[in-house]
Amino acid sequence: MNIDKKIADDLVANDVSFVTTVPCKQLAGVIEEIEARDDIFHIPSNKEDEGMGLCAGAFMGGKRPAIIMQNTAIGVTINTLATLIQYYRMPLPMIISYRGELREPVACQVEMAVHTKALLAQLNIPTYHFHWQKDVEEFDNILKYTFMCNKPVAILTDANFWGGYGDQ
Amino acid sequence: MIRSEILKDIAPILRDQLVVCNIGIPSQELHAIDDQPTNFYMLGTMGLASSIGLGLALAQPKPVIAIDGDGSVLTNLGTLPTIANNVADNFILMIIDNGSYGSTGDQPTYAGKKTRLEKVAEACGCENVVTCQGEDTGKVLQAALASRKMTVIVVKCDSGNAKHPVITMDPVVIRDRFMKAVQA
Repeated sequence: MNIDKKIADDLVANDVSFVTTVPCKQLAGVIEEIEARDDIFHIPSNKEDEGMGLCAGAFMGGKRPAIIMQNTAIGVTINTLATLIQYYRMPLPMIISYRGELREPVACQVEMAVHTKALLAQLNIPTYHFHWQKDVEEFDNILKYTFMCNKPVAILTDANFWGGYGDQ
Repeated sequence: MIRSEILKDIAPILRDQLVVCNIGIPSQELHAIDDQPTNFYMLGTMGLASSIGLGLALAQPKPVIAIDGDGSVLTNLGTLPTIANNVADNFILMIIDNGSYGSTGDQPTYAGKKTRLEKVAEACGCENVVTCQGEDTGKVLQAALASRKMTVIVVKCDSGNAKHPVITMDPVVIRDRFMKAVQA
């Protein structure tokens, strides 16, 4: 299975047509796939909270948005999640590379990883953890759930899910 | 001329447009001067008026005016390259540059010192950057709307705030009536 293509296919099937991204080594394939799709407008952001602002505007303009980011950005975006996305009750699927989990080669990444789920739980953000490739089968349901309940929803995708980091 | 006087001046122009208004006193002033369903008031997330406005402009065809402040733009300076490289010709970013953080007590910003946001915007690739004085805002804004080109307007004015109550409208109500106005 090509995970990148599956994720882009599910986004399109759920009418998600506005996607903002920040660069990520693990998510590079899916970012490339989204850039190549005619039915998704891809707008790179300089920072994740900026991206959430873009998504909020796109949602109010009638588009279904999504953001692709790293879990370290949870530390950057808590205020935006609480006082924009949640306060105005907007849907936002967050496809998040879960750095610092199993098969992680960079020790510093673990420091945010150990806080990631606790922070998301503190914010009452529904959170899913993709560890095995077959977990991506839930993605379509998660998107439907997100736009049903108008909430930000986190999909944490760890290194195991992406097949590791290669030779490091 | 202070921001509230500018907002009073341009209220008849703003009334017919989709407006995303900056957090704090700017939203309170606009709300008190001329509350409209076409106004989206930011109650949190300093710095994101320009991003919300750009996202809205890219998602639908109606003109969008983001009313921002110099302090807020400095908070989210990455917004200017994003605006420049994703041109939405229905988008106007109007930065009311009073050189201070108005909502927190008029502490000076770097834009009130050595930094020139109009030059930053140009350096970021924004092709239509207009600088004006407060009293000329109306005609500059109308010209930008008529041009149908993505425009950044930097309005130079004095620091100072009008005294208005906080907005107590429920955020979901603000958002819902705004979305209905977008679709109308």
